[in-house]
Amino acid sequence: MNALNIVVLAKQVPDTRQVGKDAMTAEGTVNRAALPAIFNPEDLNALELALNLKDRIPGTKVHLLTMGPQRAADIIREAMYRGADGGYLLSGREFAGSDTLATSYALACALRKLNPDLIVAGRQAIDGDTAQVGPQVAEKLSLPQVTYAEEVVEVGDGSLTIRRHIDAGLEVVECPLPAVITVTGSAPECRPRHAKRLMHYKSARTASEIAAEADSLTAQRIAEKPELHIAEWSIADIDPDPTQLGLQGSPTKVKRIENVVFQTKEAKRLHGTDEELEALIQELIAAHTIG
Amino acid sequence: MANFYLDNKDLQIQFEHPLMQRIILLRERNFAEKTQYDYAPQNEADALDSYQRVMELAGEICGEVIAANAEGVDLEGPHHEGDRVSYASGTVENLKAMQAAGLDGMSLPRRFGGLNLPLIASIMTNEMIARADAGFQNVWGLQDCAETLNEFGSEEQKERFLQRTVAGETWSMALTEPDAGSDLGAVMLKACWCEERNTWLLNGVKRFITNGDGDLSLVLARTEEGTSDARGLSMFIYDKKSGGVKVRRIEHKLGIKGSPTCELVYTDAPAELVGDRRMGLIKYVMSLMNAARLGIGAQSVGTCEAAYQEALKYAQERQQFGKPIIEFTAVNVLLKEMRAKTQGVRALLYETARFVEIYKQLESKSKERRLEPDERQEMKFYNRLADGFTPMVKLFASEYANQAAYDAIQIHGGSGYMKDYACERIYRDARIMTIYEGTSQLQVVAAINAVTKGTYAEQIARYAAEEYSIAIQPLAKRLAKLNEHYTEMVERVSQIEQEHIGFKELHARRLVESAGYLLMGYLLAREASRHTNQYSESAEIFCQLAEGKIAEAYTRIKHSTAEDIARYNR
Repeated sequence: MNALNIVVLAKQVPDTRQVGKDAMTAEGTVNRAALPAIFNPEDLNALELALNLKDRIPGTKVHLLTMGPQRAADIIREAMYRGADGGYLLSGREFAGSDTLATSYALACALRKLNPDLIVAGRQAIDGDTAQVGPQVAEKLSLPQVTYAEEVVEVGDGSLTIRRHIDAGLEVVECPLPAVITVTGSAPECRPRHAKRLMHYKSARTASEIAAEADSLTAQRIAEKPELHIAEWSIADIDPDPTQLGLQGSPTKVKRIENVVFQTKEAKRLHGTDEELEALIQELIAAHTIG
Repeated sequence: MANFYLDNKDLQIQFEHPLMQRIILLRERNFAEKTQYDYAPQNEADALDSYQRVMELAGEICGEVIAANAEGVDLEGPHHEGDRVSYASGTVENLKAMQAAGLDGMSLPRRFGGLNLPLIASIMTNEMIARADAGFQNVWGLQDCAETLNEFGSEEQKERFLQRTVAGETWSMALTEPDAGSDLGAVMLKACWCEERNTWLLNGVKRFITNGDGDLSLVLARTEEGTSDARGLSMFIYDKKSGGVKVRRIEHKLGIKGSPTCELVYTDAPAELVGDRRMGLIKYVMSLMNAARLGIGAQSVGTCEAAYQEALKYAQERQQFGKPIIEFTAVNVLLKEMRAKTQGVRALLYETARFVEIYKQLESKSKERRLEPDERQEMKFYNRLADGFTPMVKLFASEYANQAAYDAIQIHGGSGYMKDYACERIYRDARIMTIYEGTSQLQVVAAINAVTKGTYAEQIARYAAEEYSIAIQPLAKRLAKLNEHYTEMVERVSQIEQEHIGFKELHARRLVESAGYLLMGYLLAREASRHTNQYSESAEIFCQLAEGKIAEAYTRIKHSTAEDIARYNR
């Protein structure tokens, strides 16, 4: 197979695995300040799948595409430490408040410009858990999609054979390129950062970061080394229909958010009589566990 | 997400030490490689930042990968099949993780693919690895052999072998034989030059060789026929690809089970001479052993930390009499002293690493150009300190590792005696540390000259002359008082030794240890002056400990007469 241009879609998310008392604000939104911002875990699996292809197909390039605030450049650097060639940060006020539809629209616009051979994304992000963005991107670009991917088992001529982890077991499918693959958490873990790449790419910056930095040495270094330049795209770079972006382009409306606190209760032993089962069903319905 | 660098402030503080500036300049040769390698630092701040980032990466691999594998590796151990050894599956994963993170060949020059990080960073990595799994440190830490080859090998040998280290190949150091343990001068493995094959051939047996089936080995062998002492020994590099060495058996050990300990049979095994003939033990292995001792020092400090962390966690969780046992004074005494000893000997470890780094860098510089007189003086100064401090670190760290492991089980009570808790493995792992790379008794032999020739006394005086914060000044005064006792002891022993040979040897350990308590006491006082919260408690506790220990030594020496020489000899 010829060298591929791969774009990995990734998101910087609040680390919801470390939720404490102050994880939510009084208004019921995620308190981003209280949670560390991390590379969405399944996007790291996606990155590994892409880097693995880069190892197998000479000349292949892997770039990260992320939409988010300025600090999301951190995950592009993180990807570079692990082996990515570079990345694109799609940033701007117009994108704020996007639901999955608006997000996938913006990403699809950017991807049309990049025109990659393969798009890889994590199955879902741990802050929203929707698993919609990857498939929506595929639909918008009219590309075939392989979801729940674990591994590329074979690289064919213009196609990939992929193992999927599905409910009933495993499924192996062949898919022509270009395509969108979404990767599950059961896929191989991402390789660690590499010490040499870490020391080199720590100086990678977006244009906004360079402008904000007092240290002119970094700016000078980036000017000399183009690989340290992280592309920063705004709305102007992707020619979108502005009405489909951000809050305006997001049909999802949050009506109400409830703070549910799970509590472990003492175990209850049932003996299997009909009365007991009936009482249990009523209890579970009342507690909204079922029904 | 465990990270053994980020969760340990003692380690982070090392990069704030005033000598770092000198170390960076020497290591980076005034940033000569900054345009040549994209990962070379541009300036001092850049270098410091890079070091810390790489340590953070190493801390993550240790905390996430190596620590998680430790229990499985201890259970599975390496396998011996036919003439070869294969690692436990967790060891294979650990090696892969270190390689994937680009951490192999950490201190080797960039021209061979290394990271050119200072010794302090590789020592720190060794400490963190040992905290995760002491046995894996033995395997990874043997990269010291590559450092030795870098020091003494030819440019051509370096080119061939150092890149392979960076690519993840492992090393062994084949010195010990059935009849040559502490007494390496008795090594018998024979090296003969073979005209026909145009190579040296090795024949004989080596025993207790850590990672003996590694890809590359440094081998000590006898080249001079008819000799029977150290002057007939030379050092070789053996490449496993050449064949000729079989693993006859692997040992079944009490601890550090992940590291294969091999008995090797050499049958016409081709090998290359490193450096000059006859200098094998006298020069190269001595240097290698010093590096290895510092490595075991790091392994021991990591073991202290592991034992302390296990004990602390258990003491916080275990409830007895209606409260966590950490709330009992008797438990806390053990914990606080563990922490004070760990911090004290850690301070000594990194101080030593700084001394070794500066003198080794100047020495390597001296091969590039003639040193200026002040540089030569600086090299001598740090060389002397490094020689005095290295056995001291090995002695104290390995003894403290055993004490900490012992106390960690004590805090766990009956549960600690079972296989359910890590402290049991740590206890078994620690036991070898006071033995290999020179027993504690041999460290005292190596250190006693620094007592009698005044190396320690001079350094103690330098520490005493430093400025301490107001809060720490009373402590510094108490240390000064202890120093008077130490001086008195040294004088008394030297005086009696003049007429009664053997008196010094009899009290050598007391003298060396007393010097050690003073050095660590001052180092902690200095750290407490700079970083009050992190060190003031340990500085005080360590000083109390030193007062007790030195008082005991003082009494023993004061009441000891020449008659004791006969009493303790046969």
